[in-house]
Amino acid sequence: MAASDRIKLSVNGTAHDLEVDPLARLLDVLRERLGLTGTKEGCGEGECGACAVLVDGALLNSCLVPVGQLHGAAVTTIEGLAPADAARLLPIQEAMLLEGGAQCGICTPGMVIAAHALLQRNPHPSLEEIREALAGNLCRCTGYVGIYEAVQRAARAAPPENVSRRWA
Amino acid sequence: MTAPAGAGPQAYRWTRPRDLQEALELMAAGDLRPVPFAGGTDLMVLMQMRALPPCHFVDLWPLTELRRIAVRPDETVLGALTTYTEVAEHSYLQATYPLLVQAARCSGGWAIQNRGTLGGNIMNASPAADTPPALIAYGARLELASVRGRRWVPYSGFHTDYKRMRREPDELLTRIALPTPLAPPSGHFYRKVGPRRAQAISKVCFAGVARWEGDRVAQVRMGLASVAPTVLEARETADFLAGRRRGELDLAAARAVLDREVSPIDDIRSTAAYRRRVAGNLLEQFLTGTS
Repeated sequence: MAASDRIKLSVNGTAHDLEVDPLARLLDVLRERLGLTGTKEGCGEGECGACAVLVDGALLNSCLVPVGQLHGAAVTTIEGLAPADAARLLPIQEAMLLEGGAQCGICTPGMVIAAHALLQRNPHPSLEEIREALAGNLCRCTGYVGIYEAVQRAARAAPPENVSRRWA
Repeated sequence: MTAPAGAGPQAYRWTRPRDLQEALELMAAGDLRPVPFAGGTDLMVLMQMRALPPCHFVDLWPLTELRRIAVRPDETVLGALTTYTEVAEHSYLQATYPLLVQAARCSGGWAIQNRGTLGGNIMNASPAADTPPALIAYGARLELASVRGRRWVPYSGFHTDYKRMRREPDELLTRIALPTPLAPPSGHFYRKVGPRRAQAISKVCFAGVARWEGDRVAQVRMGLASVAPTVLEARETADFLAGRRRGELDLAAARAVLDREVSPIDDIRSTAAYRRRVAGNLLEQFLTGTS
């Protein structure tokens, strides 16, 4: 009975070769094994979005992903959006600070990841599109308005271009 | 049924098959109960709750054979691993099966939709699931595969009781076929009633497809969730409605027929009385709002 598999994946651009239980949650691998504690556990059930990361560019709840399904995957966590040696934060990160989109901060990594996923696909979303894209991320502090305004501010900072809508 | 106390991750086995054939062989192996694992949005929650007895997970995620969407003149065939996102972003499905697209868009949120699959939604067999009413309304058929061969069954009636279904233990759901609807999209109606538009389990969910000839109901099929131990096809109501003209339709009588077909309960999300009332309301919205 194999309790561990060999999984090769990259996290924030760094390659990892891990002997790990394939059923270990990606969330736990990130936090406990790799020390990337920016990704949070809010519910462990995929309801709150605090654990959101990008896997091959797609928004996922890391509490629901067994690492055994991530052979060759490229994972991006909040730490990967603006590395410590980056000259500046991404527009969405700056906007969250300027618009009061964070209070206690526990939802913030997941919110920023989800907002980033939206803006990658739809650089100029409507408010309705922002609400839909962030519907899987819960915040107990801000009442969401500051978060939506941060996304709108980040969108205004993006150059105008052909918008590809998620929904035709 | 809960896992034995102290059953940690070592109680489960995990195998990643090379291809569908190997997956089917794993499903037929007798040692530890094989459980197909797709996107994991249901199974990981059960594991976290320690509500899954020891089993052998068969990882379906790499099986590209189960991901194809094949559009044909008479039907569309979707692989069981088609995710909600793939459904929602597919322009032909948007145009032809709008109810399935609406269902996919209101299941969870983006992070769930990127991993949740149609096959997983069907085989998890929740009576409150969001895509089944649309699948019922579109007359879906399921392909079940095993080492012994493949067979197609109607999705309506596939679930026989709460979380029970017409599936042999070694069978895997591989494809879902949707006949091309005869009714134009103006005859399609879907509404999920719940506490919010995302990350919510429905109190009542209704999907209906009606082909109207003028003001006459030529053909109708309806699926409902959260009003019975399984997803429900409202056959008696459809029989009552077929051939009737909108102007002559006794809505109260139609509601009464539907009320006889549903068997909702009181639970943490809603009451039987509310569900009966809202199911009837959704039927009326469907009948008065489609053409």
